[in-house]
Amino acid sequence: MRFARTSKLIGLAAAAALALSACGGGGGTEGGEGNAAAVITANSTEPQNPLIPTNTNEVGGGRVVDLLFEGLISYDAEGKPVNEMAESIETEDSKTYTIKLKADQTFTNGEPVTANSFVDAWNYGAAAENAQLGQYFFESIAGYDEVSAEGSTQTEMSGLKVVDDLTFTAELAQPESDWPLRLGYTAFSPLPKVAFEDMEAFGNNPVGNGPYMLAGEDAWQHDVQIALTPNPDYQGTRTPKNGGITFKFYSGFEAAYQDLLANNLDLLDTIPPSSLANFKTDLGEGRWLEKAYAGNQTITIPQYLDEWTGEAGELRRKAISMAINRDEITEVIFSGGRQPATEFTAPVLDGYDESIPGSEVLEYNPEEAKKLWEQAEEIDPWGDKTFTIASNADGGHKEWIEAVVNGLKNDLGIDAQFEPYATFAEVRTKITAKDMTGAFRTGWQADYPSLYNFLGPLFGTGAGSNDGEYSSEAFAKKLNEGLNAETPEEGNAIFNEAQEILLQDLPAIPLWYQVRQVGWSENVENVDTAWNGVPIYHNITGK
Amino acid sequence: MTWYIIRRFLQMIPVFFGATFLVYFLVFSLPGDPIQALFGDRPVNEAVAAQLREQYNLDEPFLVQYFLYLKNLVTFNLGNDFSGRPVAEVLVQIFPVTIRLAILALIFEAVFGIIFGVIAGLRKGKLFDGTVLVASLIVIAIPIFVLGFVMQFVVGVKLGWAKPTVGGDAGWFDLILPAIVLGLVSFAYVLRLTRTSIIENMHADYVRTATAKGLSRQRVVVVHILRNSMIPVVTFLGADLGALMGGAIVTEGIFNVPGVGQRLYQSVLRGEGPTIVSIVSVLVMVYILANLLVDVLYAWLDPRIRYA
Repeated sequence: MRFARTSKLIGLAAAAALALSACGGGGGTEGGEGNAAAVITANSTEPQNPLIPTNTNEVGGGRVVDLLFEGLISYDAEGKPVNEMAESIETEDSKTYTIKLKADQTFTNGEPVTANSFVDAWNYGAAAENAQLGQYFFESIAGYDEVSAEGSTQTEMSGLKVVDDLTFTAELAQPESDWPLRLGYTAFSPLPKVAFEDMEAFGNNPVGNGPYMLAGEDAWQHDVQIALTPNPDYQGTRTPKNGGITFKFYSGFEAAYQDLLANNLDLLDTIPPSSLANFKTDLGEGRWLEKAYAGNQTITIPQYLDEWTGEAGELRRKAISMAINRDEITEVIFSGGRQPATEFTAPVLDGYDESIPGSEVLEYNPEEAKKLWEQAEEIDPWGDKTFTIASNADGGHKEWIEAVVNGLKNDLGIDAQFEPYATFAEVRTKITAKDMTGAFRTGWQADYPSLYNFLGPLFGTGAGSNDGEYSSEAFAKKLNEGLNAETPEEGNAIFNEAQEILLQDLPAIPLWYQVRQVGWSENVENVDTAWNGVPIYHNITGK
Repeated sequence: MTWYIIRRFLQMIPVFFGATFLVYFLVFSLPGDPIQALFGDRPVNEAVAAQLREQYNLDEPFLVQYFLYLKNLVTFNLGNDFSGRPVAEVLVQIFPVTIRLAILALIFEAVFGIIFGVIAGLRKGKLFDGTVLVASLIVIAIPIFVLGFVMQFVVGVKLGWAKPTVGGDAGWFDLILPAIVLGLVSFAYVLRLTRTSIIENMHADYVRTATAKGLSRQRVVVVHILRNSMIPVVTFLGADLGALMGGAIVTEGIFNVPGVGQRLYQSVLRGEGPTIVSIVSVLVMVYILANLLVDVLYAWLDPRIRYA
């Protein structure tokens, strides 16, 4: 019975993936015209940083910056790039890109958006002296290494050249076929001249060129809310269909959920874990949505630990992967609110393939797991060691990790434990210092809709987020091949070949894909989420 | 009395330094680098991290960090939090909210606690007394977050008598529901304390004398019994004001009140030393001042208590 339900869920989600964001299960919302003057209230958190595109790397600030600024391109709901500020982005060798801007685009202070608005903003973001958290986004551009080095005083990347007011060229350090796909990420937004006069002041009162702008000088009430109003001069594709969006800040989703039930909040983009089992009946038909997005959850087993190297280590990683009952955990602990993983990326992406050769290693198979573990024992005995999975305990991960650990104890007969850390800072410090003594929880949310974004930054040799220190020449070669591909489709096929190597080596064990559950009040309609799980705010209308 | 108050103020100085030093040390000892956490799962660029660490003096040894903090404090510069906002500005925003919340809670627990306690005490053993005792026991036994969620759901969502969460404006009226939740447990204590105290004093010699003199029952209760019974209650309420302000973390979280508790919780999670120390320092001051107030009230309630 349970199995049947699960497979139905998988079927649904897979269908959603194929149809790319067709409705992912119940809910959905009618396409009525609605009230375009209504101001929508939505949940958020106080931005952790001033609202500077290159310095915003968390959701609280990210969703606001994304509405305040418009980059060269934006992504539609399926993650396909759409030209916005860009008239065209062209290249002949995937290495030098010529970018032409549309004429007569302006910031909300009237300043025209020119090639310099982009080049100056990108140089600012990359320069070490400005200490921007989103610095790494510019790493592909030639000259990044010089400006981003510790103590560097250079401020201009050699790869960026302004040709005329509406044209500039970007030369990359090496060819990258999917580079233009990145340009919709907010870090690549243009900045007006006023920003460079006093960046901190600008960050508190940003002037953008996006579909929305701040509703007045005191629109950002710290720790309380931030109010946005439509930008009347906006000419892009993300035209607001409401009278503005007010993001109310909540410290937790529970309080926001109560507000949603009382119609005191219009949109909640995450249903709190405590209400996952009953939110569909609480809200009723037509007021919720459940949809997979480009994010996943994994367990990383660091390659710098002796017991995980060589043939024995590989057998053990496979044994552990096959001893995890993904179907049961997603169903029981997440009430079906996650989708079991079949590879390393996410099902909503272009190029996703659910049956990559070798993916059977991600299916629950306790007999095979036990066999693999015993084979490893013959090569290199495990002894009475304990297998640990580390995570911060404050983020709602305890339940599933304990379920995984119990499964390992039962199916493999080994001692396994959850290793809790009090804070995220503590566990991240140890992870980045390569100081872990066992496995740890990892996860990734796409910066831009590309398979490569799940592979390169996480598993490329020496890559910035390669927390497990994985290094494989064959894999690196495939990645490079994919980046050099002529078309994105060809690139995707090669990236999936690269995934075959990952499924063999299992530097991280994919668990499940993230699914977004969204709820809304009786006062709004036309709610949907995009490829990255973020609600499409500009399309929401009042009733 | 004046000299006594001055001396108490002077005593606050070492207490203040001791408290900030301790808190600063505890924050410093927290494992993990807060700057690293700012990057989340994303790559940490050492150049960027190093510069941020320098900006917040996180690269200095503990004593240097603490003295830099003190140095700034003397010039009324509390530094910036990690989002670049002056901590002083944060304090000015969050404290009025929590003070309002605490005062409302204090009024609620004092007024209702004393009234119920007096009635229960005067009718010892009667039905009202029994009911109130059992009810207060239940309130004390249930964790505050359960009370909070139930009240929020019933009063806020189902009945719609109040907004389920407070949010931005946090006016007096909006804070009534969270204040009741916050004050509920203390209300039960005040009630029980008042009741016991009343019962004790009812049999005191001076009450018998007052009654024998032919004073009305009302006068005996209000002037003679109540005034003397208030001493332990006032002690409790005074200490509780500080506890209410610091202990609002749970209540503020449930009702999304943008006050001290919420901010403190987030700052601890982010490891923002200067913010935590600044908030806690103000809380320490509130405690000290509340205690001073209690001591002054003592002398007023019971003239036998004299301070040299």
